[in-house]
Formats: sequence, C-alpha cells, structure tokens
Amino acid sequence: MPQRTPLYESHLAANAKIVDFAGWEMPIHYGSQIEEHHAVRKDAGMFDVSHMCAIDLAGPDATRWLRHLLANDVAKLTTPGKALYSCMLDDGAGVIDDLIVYYFAADRYRIVVNAGTAEKDIAWMRARLVGFDAALVVRRDQAMIAVQGPNARERFWTAFPVARGATVMLENFQAAEWLADGEAWLVARTGYTGEDGFEITLPADDAPAAWAALLAAGVKPCGLGARDTLRLEAGMNLYGQDMDENISPYEAGLKWTVDLKDAGRDFIGKSALATRRCDVRFAGLLLLDKGVMRSHMKVHTSLGIGETTSGTFSPSLNQSIALARIPAGIENGSEVEVEIRDKKLKAKVVKPSFVRHGASQL
Amino acid sequence: MNTPANLKYAASHEWAKSEADGSITIGITDHAQEALGDVVFLELPTVGRVVKAGESVAVIESVKAASDIYAPVSGEVIEANGAAVDAPESVNADAYGVWLFKIKPSNPAELDALLTADAYNATL
Repeated sequence: MPQRTPLYESHLAANAKIVDFAGWEMPIHYGSQIEEHHAVRKDAGMFDVSHMCAIDLAGPDATRWLRHLLANDVAKLTTPGKALYSCMLDDGAGVIDDLIVYYFAADRYRIVVNAGTAEKDIAWMRARLVGFDAALVVRRDQAMIAVQGPNARERFWTAFPVARGATVMLENFQAAEWLADGEAWLVARTGYTGEDGFEITLPADDAPAAWAALLAAGVKPCGLGARDTLRLEAGMNLYGQDMDENISPYEAGLKWTVDLKDAGRDFIGKSALATRRCDVRFAGLLLLDKGVMRSHMKVHTSLGIGETTSGTFSPSLNQSIALARIPAGIENGSEVEVEIRDKKLKAKVVKPSFVRHGASQL
Repeated sequence: MNTPANLKYAASHEWAKSEADGSITIGITDHAQEALGDVVFLELPTVGRVVKAGESVAVIESVKAASDIYAPVSGEVIEANGAAVDAPESVNADAYGVWLFKIKPSNPAELDALLTADAYNATL
C-alpha cells in the first residue's frame, strides 16, 4: 500500500498526475512539467516534499555522535539554525544517503533524509547510537513544503506576513523556528533547485491550509518532474541515481563535503576513503547534437568509456544535459560522444552546474 | 480522452489516416502525448525508407522519457513532417492535427486490420 502525504488531497484538487515514487503517491506534474520548471526559475513554485523524513536528535553526545556518523563535520556549525549538507557513509566509504543536518544547540539537531532511504538510514543510525548518550525521534508527524524561485520568499511572506520578522534575516543554509498559532514551523533557506527560497517543515495538520495560502499568494504547484529537471540543471546529485552504496563521495563530485581538516576526527568510512578509486570524476555533459541524454548511457572519451548517471532535456537551456562519471583525465571543454540508441552524438564536458538563479552557468 | 472516429489506431498508440491519394498519414494519439508529457524531440524516418508494419521507425522524446513510434502499415515513407521536428511541443497541443510521417502502403489490407476508435479506447 503506497503512502500518501498530508497534501495528497490538495494535489488531486490541483489536477496532479500522481505516480509512485519510493513507495509514495506523489505528483509528477499538474499539467505541464516545463511550465512548472519555468515558474521556479522565473517566479515561484512549491513542491510537496513531505515524503522526505525529518529526524530529531537530542542528547549530551549529539555533536560527538554526528561527528562520528557523517563525512562532513558538524563542528563547523556554530550559529543556531545553520545547516550542513553531508554524506552518510558505510564502513567501505559507500554513500548510504545524502542529508541535511540543522544545528540548534550542541545537544539538539534535526536531520532530513531522502524518502526512499529513510528506513535504512534510521536503522543504520540507531545501530550506531550504542555508547552515545543521544536519542532519535522520527518526525513523521511533520509535512514539508519547498517554496522555490526568485520571488519565493516574498510570496511566502505575502501568505504569512507575521513570519517575516522571524525569517527575513535568514542566510543561505540557515533555518529558524517560527511559532504559527503556537505550533512550531521550521523555515529553512534551503532547496534543491538552484534558486532562492524556503523549505518549510510544519505539523501535518497545518499543511493543507499552508499549501492553500501559498497557492492564493501566487505560488505555482510543481511536481517531481520539474524538481528533477531543476536539480539536474543546478548540478545537484540525486541519491539512488547519481550515487549509491557502491559509489564514494569522491566519485560523485562530493569531495567538498568530506571534511578531513580535523585529523583527530574518526568518522565512519574515513579509512576506506583512501582506498576508493580516483580514476573517475563527476562531470556535466552538454549535448551538442539533437537528442536527449538519459541515465546509464555510454560516454566515449579519448581516455576510455564513462557513463551518464542522470540526463534530461533542460527547459532553461533548450538542450539536453547530463551528469556523468568519466575518466579523471578528461578536462572541461573536451568533446566526447554519448551513445544514444544506435548513434554516437557529440557532447561537451562542462562543470556540473548548468543553471542557477535563473541564469546559465556555462 | 479524445479519439476521433474517422481514424484507425495501432495498439502501440499511433493513429493512421487514409488519404485520397492512397497514402497513409501517421501520428500519435492524444493518450500517448498525455502519457509522455512535454515532448521535446522527434526523430522521424528518412523519406524513401521502406518499412514493415510493427517496425520501430521513429523516436519521440519527452522531458520524462524516450518512446518508439511504430509503422502501423508496411510501405515506403514518402514524407516526414519537418514542422513537427522544429516544434515538438505542437504534438502535445494537437496530437491529431500534427502528423509525423506518411507511408505509401504496400499492402492496403493492413489498414483494415488496425483498430477502430472504440477498439483502441478499449485497450487503454
């Protein structure tokens, strides 16, 4: 039996086309995926991301435990509300999941993990709490709405004028709690689109009214289809597609999230990282010929064969883009060939960030 | 779902229309364009290619996925719609107005074997 978010009825009311995503009945689009994509790049759109899982962490050892659990180092979080993106690695340095952790105090954090990996993540985390004085509380009582786009924050404040004071000073990757009629909402200046905006975590019961208020403020409902083209244009990895347990962060373009500065810190997967392959690198591809790249297509380069991990048609650039793992020696600007069905089409290697803040990064 | 009664259909979601000159005009159904979502790329057969009924002859790509288009009848491709290639999104706007290619059939009886609108709708 697939699960439904608290906004399922709101999606039906907005004519959503519903698909199964990681066991959840989610909107893929509400009519036109491309229009939804452009709404986020040019104005404001919203996504139901309640299928993702919020987990609260509390206890005197919370910081010590996270420094052991995650490849990125939460010690750099010193401002309440500040967030950090990190991979959670297994003992062999494979990526179990990528997640965001919010710092409130040295003994209090919130972690947000992917929908499809949530059960596995929670089991992994619980098993590694032994010896630490800290506890996890899974917050399936919460819904999450991502409001994204150049006008997203203004539209949010139009819908919730009294929230402005608590959220207007938020920097990128920072969150603040806001009390809406006594109920705590977490408003974070984060997202998965390459645009400005907020991700709002709120009690499930509040979600349909919040969605309706945002709709009335002119925020366009957007489905998982647009979410995928937006994140791909922004060059952001999708867990399960661009990386998984067979891939280390080094092969997924995520070396910047592995913090080795504190030599005394021993995190899970650290020793294995040194043994992982480094003959491949993560890159962006821009198709020069006509066609559409998809995942798992062969990439022929002068140094051997690589593979696309995600590919799509970019509505902003009007051509096909992909993320790929290619031989490490292939420089940006090189020309390669992508095997699409029975043809080899020309593509250019670029840094994996195509469109952000409404503009081409190429 | 819109399924005009004056056309014939393949279960693989193509429509076929008999023209006065004996040729067959082919496109994809409204159901197909709806299922595909925003169409962004079309690869049509070259004129002169001889195809068999049921053979994959064209590719349509939406933002979401790639899908094959099959020849509903055997024969020679006599025309491909360049305007549709230049504006793939027109297939979403008007699936029956925007044809993709035309075939001069080598076995006109194959047209009779295609589905009526009602029979096609019953497959959906």
